[in-house]
Amino acid sequence: MASKTNKASLDAMKQLEKVEEQFQTIQILNEEGEVVNEAAMPELSDEQLQELMKRMVYTRILDQRSISLNRQGRLGFYAPTAGQEASQLASQFALEKEDFILPGYRDVPQMIWHGLPLSQAFLWSRGHLKGGDIPEGVNVISPQIIIGAQYVQAAGVALGMKKRGQKAVAITYTGDGGTSQGDFYEGINFAGAYKAPAIFIIQNNQFAISTPREKQTAAKTLAQKAVAAGIPGVVVDGMDPLAVYAAVREARERAVNGEGPTLIETMTYRYGPHTMAGDDPTRYRTSDLDNEWEKKDPLVRFRKFLEKKGIWNEEMENETIEKAKEDIKVAIKEADNTPKQKVTDLISIMYEELPQNLVEQNAIYKEKESK
Amino acid sequence: MAQMTMIQAITDALRTELRNDPNVLIFGEDVGVNGGVFRATEGLQQEFGEDRVFDTPLAESGIGGLAVGLSLQGFRPVPEIQFFGFVYEVMDSISGQLARMRYRSGGRYNAPVTIRSPFGGGVHTPEMHADSLEGLMAQQPGLKVVIPSTPYDAKGLLISAIRDNDPVIFLEHMKLYRSFRQEVPEGEYTIPLGKAEVKREGSDLSIITYGAMVHESIKAAEELEKEGFSVEVVDLRTVSPLDIDTIIASVEKTGRAIVVQEAQKSAGVAANVVAEINDRAILSLEAPVLRVAAPDTVFAFPEAESVWLPNVQDIIETSKKVLNF
Ligand SMILES: Cc1ncc(C[n+]2csc(CCOP(=O)(O)OP(=O)(O)O)c2C)c(N)n1
Ligand SMILES: [Mg+2]
Repeated sequence: MASKTNKASLDAMKQLEKVEEQFQTIQILNEEGEVVNEAAMPELSDEQLQELMKRMVYTRILDQRSISLNRQGRLGFYAPTAGQEASQLASQFALEKEDFILPGYRDVPQMIWHGLPLSQAFLWSRGHLKGGDIPEGVNVISPQIIIGAQYVQAAGVALGMKKRGQKAVAITYTGDGGTSQGDFYEGINFAGAYKAPAIFIIQNNQFAISTPREKQTAAKTLAQKAVAAGIPGVVVDGMDPLAVYAAVREARERAVNGEGPTLIETMTYRYGPHTMAGDDPTRYRTSDLDNEWEKKDPLVRFRKFLEKKGIWNEEMENETIEKAKEDIKVAIKEADNTPKQKVTDLISIMYEELPQNLVEQNAIYKEKESK
Repeated sequence: MAQMTMIQAITDALRTELRNDPNVLIFGEDVGVNGGVFRATEGLQQEFGEDRVFDTPLAESGIGGLAVGLSLQGFRPVPEIQFFGFVYEVMDSISGQLARMRYRSGGRYNAPVTIRSPFGGGVHTPEMHADSLEGLMAQQPGLKVVIPSTPYDAKGLLISAIRDNDPVIFLEHMKLYRSFRQEVPEGEYTIPLGKAEVKREGSDLSIITYGAMVHESIKAAEELEKEGFSVEVVDLRTVSPLDIDTIIASVEKTGRAIVVQEAQKSAGVAANVVAEINDRAILSLEAPVLRVAAPDTVFAFPEAESVWLPNVQDIIETSKKVLNF
């Protein structure tokens, strides 16, 4: 009896090992900016490659400025993005305008490149209602704070697209920590069950606040969780913009062709603190690890690649940096000029028609606000 | 005795009970190496090891289920929910399971679980971090819901909560974590659950309140004193079950009462306090019992937070309505 059980469990282990072996990290551009996987190279014109580089440079500046604006008390909630540019921006770059993004709190850059005005991103950070009021034609919803909620909702958006016969996808983002939530599994499972056109991105930046990735799950990779949902899953080098782009582009093609969702794990790192609200990474990360990841920097390797091709130079870099700084200056001014959030504004958006309690309270707060 | 902030008093209570009872376990998101995002569990993993104080995967529902299961194994779990706005993720474990454990097992099992969690406004958190959701908990029979207002109370109440054989939701107001220090005895002492405390004596009006609003109410009482009104402030400390005796004794003495809460008017526990007063002391009342609460909206974003939250001025105005009735 005992030996029989033993044998079965050995087979089960082998099965697991076999599954895990399949999930190798896909890379196209190595740390030196050399193409190591010609066959997987996505079709991108020189202009597109330049544009992607511009976006990464611009967003790095936006991150630096956001951190200092936060320190000056001019921004509210902010989750730093440096290190994750390839993961964030190359995945968005693979989308079309009609695709719908359901971001997490760190994914403001994707929203901006999908059309959200910068001033509104700043207003969202300050917790202003106007920050969530996305302009018509920009297919994003404001960043999710409840980790995992965006994943189940993405299944719904994608199913809606399918029912309406749209050739578009819903794309959503969470972190390595987020994959532990029940909503994560429900989201990928629902989308799989309905063959809904969804793309689920896990930005594995190795930590959930202080909790290292190994503590989230016994699974070797996070992408392999796709197997249980019966959908394809891939791991890509999240510091390699071309690998991220290729994986998302391919997933998008499958999705719009009616072949259902994909789970993509991008191996990346956040250089900064978790958020600007008092997190101290030195409590849980070594500087050795920081250095190891900074060597993989997406901007550095993409710059090398483009320079070798002769389509990027210092002048273009500086132009981009100046443009970012100027845009940020204008946007923050716009945010400053937006009338301050009032309690009566909050009251007015609770329902289509105000019930009696809020009609009364509206009068009370109007009076308070007039003082 | 040492001067402690509320967060230090909480850490001290946790350390005391980890020492006292090998069945006490602390777990949650980032409670280990990081000591919790507010440092409530600072140094505890170092002192007691990863066996007793450990990080969980990021899933509140998992944390709740783990607590239920560990309590079935005779442990005394003290999980942390990183912010109480995330409680919706663990509602089934709390209301559907913990609160019904005695019923579901015909009395065979109980659930000696204390869920700690920060909440409360005035600290400019993002969405879903600051909401006062104690009303949701108080409306669930089978739970005890504790909200301390001082470092001294926090330590004594938390030790009682951990030792209690029923599930306790222990809510820690973020604004009070580091706002002031107080003498807190070293070693163990307890404050009974379900007992309110008169934090300030008075004879003209009772302000019944809890959490951060205790301090706003005391400030209001001091202002009203200058105008010749003697105002009593009752700190509920446990919002479920209510300490009816202390509430009614105060109201019978003063004949006038208001209830102050940070939660929205239709949430929280104020309505229940008013109903209990009306049921039991209507003939002692010289005026209707009024409430001070936040408006019935989602929790205000930072820019509007200070107007949204009930403040000293709001409490004074409502007090005067009742005093001058
Ligand atoms: C439901 C829920 N639980 C807990 C939190 C608090 N929290 C915010 S971010 C975070 C860690 C998330 O880590 P990960 O998913 O890896 O994303 P990252 O921040 O690294 O991008 C936690 C625990 C939350 N926002 N929502
Ligand atoms: Mg992470």
